[in-house]
Amino acid sequence: MGRTLAEKVWEQHVVRRAEGEPDLLYIDLHLIHEVTSPQAFDGLRMAGRPVRRPELTIATEDHNVPTVLGPIEDPVSRTQVETLRKNCAEFGIRLHPMGDAGQGVVHIIGPQFGLTQPGMTIVCGDSHTSTHGAFGAIAFGIGTSEVEHVLATQTLPAYRPRTMAVEVSGELPPGVTAKDLILAIIAKIGTGGGQGHIIEYRGEAIRGLSMEGRMTVCNMSIEAGARAGLIAPDETTFAYLKGRPHAPTGAAWDTAVEHWRSLTTDEDAVFDTVVEIDASTLTPFVTWGTNPGQGAPLGESVPDPEHTSDPAAARRALEYMGLTAGTPLREIEVDTVFMGSCTNGRLEDLRAAAEVLRGRRVVTRTLVVPGSMLVKLQAEQEGLHEVFRAAGAEWREAGCSMCLGMNPDTLAPGERSASTSNRNFEGRQGRGGRTHLVSPQVAAATAVTGRLTAPADLDQEV
Amino acid sequence: MEAFTTHTGRAVPLRRSNVDTDQIIPAVWLKQVSRTGFDRGLFSAWREDPGFVLNDPARQGASILVAGPDFGTGSSREHAVWALQQYGFRVVIAARFGDIFRNNSTKMGLLPVVLPATTVEAIQAATEADPSLEVTVDLAARQVRWAGETAAFEIDDYTRWRLMEGLDDIGLTLRHADEVTEYENGRQPWLPTTV
Repeated sequence: MGRTLAEKVWEQHVVRRAEGEPDLLYIDLHLIHEVTSPQAFDGLRMAGRPVRRPELTIATEDHNVPTVLGPIEDPVSRTQVETLRKNCAEFGIRLHPMGDAGQGVVHIIGPQFGLTQPGMTIVCGDSHTSTHGAFGAIAFGIGTSEVEHVLATQTLPAYRPRTMAVEVSGELPPGVTAKDLILAIIAKIGTGGGQGHIIEYRGEAIRGLSMEGRMTVCNMSIEAGARAGLIAPDETTFAYLKGRPHAPTGAAWDTAVEHWRSLTTDEDAVFDTVVEIDASTLTPFVTWGTNPGQGAPLGESVPDPEHTSDPAAARRALEYMGLTAGTPLREIEVDTVFMGSCTNGRLEDLRAAAEVLRGRRVVTRTLVVPGSMLVKLQAEQEGLHEVFRAAGAEWREAGCSMCLGMNPDTLAPGERSASTSNRNFEGRQGRGGRTHLVSPQVAAATAVTGRLTAPADLDQEV
Repeated sequence: MEAFTTHTGRAVPLRRSNVDTDQIIPAVWLKQVSRTGFDRGLFSAWREDPGFVLNDPARQGASILVAGPDFGTGSSREHAVWALQQYGFRVVIAARFGDIFRNNSTKMGLLPVVLPATTVEAIQAATEADPSLEVTVDLAARQVRWAGETAAFEIDDYTRWRLMEGLDDIGLTLRHADEVTEYENGRQPWLPTTV
């Protein structure tokens, strides 16, 4: 019987397999940031252990960093960032600190440098590590104990997850994005539906996505409960990688591409679970509740909790969100729009948002936070920052920012946002804040009207 | 890691589904660089509500959390496990857990017990009826016992052994350092390094 892509990549990384034990898996790339690493380095020091392969590890400062120029005001945040700097210096790990041209959100910089490549195993103390699966890598989030384990051994003991195919047939209609697709997938399978699985996204609509779009889809695999999500590499993948600083060159490139072409699911492979979705039926999708599975097409209304799969959770969510069943989603007024994060903080996302905002004015507080310093630079070279500023939006420095509000960018209690990030949990963007997850295009159009809006609605109003 | 063989204690019913790790420990608590002091952050937003179950005097000193399905979804923050343990929990019972949370728990010796949703609800109802009810979680026998009832749970042999012995994963892996070196010698030469 044939094997799935996930099974192939997994098998290529098994260091040791013994009866009754989890596999010992080799880790090709370890990404770290300031929040989930300090206790891991402490553990190494207490046990007198070195970092086994510092050259397979890269660090960045992203979660705590302010997105306005200047030092970190919060002393606790500052200590955490300074601790990362000390740890990286002590253990010989490459770090991109605030202000560095390579700094950015951890899941934006890996692909940007060409460090994320097909067929690799990639981990990080961050659940959105699944982003890197867009290249055909097995990439998943780990806790701090496992961060310490990878630093000490460059391996992880793990049981191979089950496999799930998400088959996306048809083409995405114009104006419908990778974000709408993944929100629709999560609404379909639920926040626990992918639990214990690696999802492989397949089908015509997936093949048609850019690398940026594929990263958006894989990024939110965790929101469906999956351990990881991946997409088989193809010409789109190779074209994205070629010429990046850490991509192979010369003869090594040809050898690598030949290997990467073998990274597909065999035709006779069997997935443990199969989910099918028709992309051509999709429209812009937004969330109304407090988990990413509580979403609906923008054209619909806030649902009646009794007609949802978990009425108690839906009732609680509507109370927290301050929403009434039956209200058209397009009538929900927002105070703040956030564009950025590891889900939608890449150049393509900023271009799409700028396209909507060009020649228009925003009526909400609107933060535009590039995912990395390089994204910021490239956007400025294209003049996108001028479009955002002319529209009245704030053009900020790179970081995680309002996705989780560990820096000063937060919602006030009761404040409502349309956000291109990945989590609408209670308090995620600030205590008492209310989050609607949306695509960059919907975020931009919403900033113009102050209500949840698709770009097509703007054209009709004109 | 503290070894876990069997534990008897009172329970806390948490009748909510999809309790994500942002609720267990909000991000503002994640700025600490030490491993201690997270008990104060446990469910800190929800604990501001006097009616929240953890604020019930009858629940003080309880050590087994009995939660709704999909407990510990979302962020990978191991701080969620530290917060639960430092507050005094030794066991979380739920019908389904977030994968990363469950993994983190077993690394730290907090026992995640998966039981069918109807069984979880039966334990919740029993402890709601009698907050002094004692629940025993027996890892050796793979059983949860309460009020004359018994429910069996599944856990793989390796994780169970590691928890019962209180073993540190890194020490176990380092026994196989030669195999790691051998694997490294066969890695593809084009694979990237960060230098």
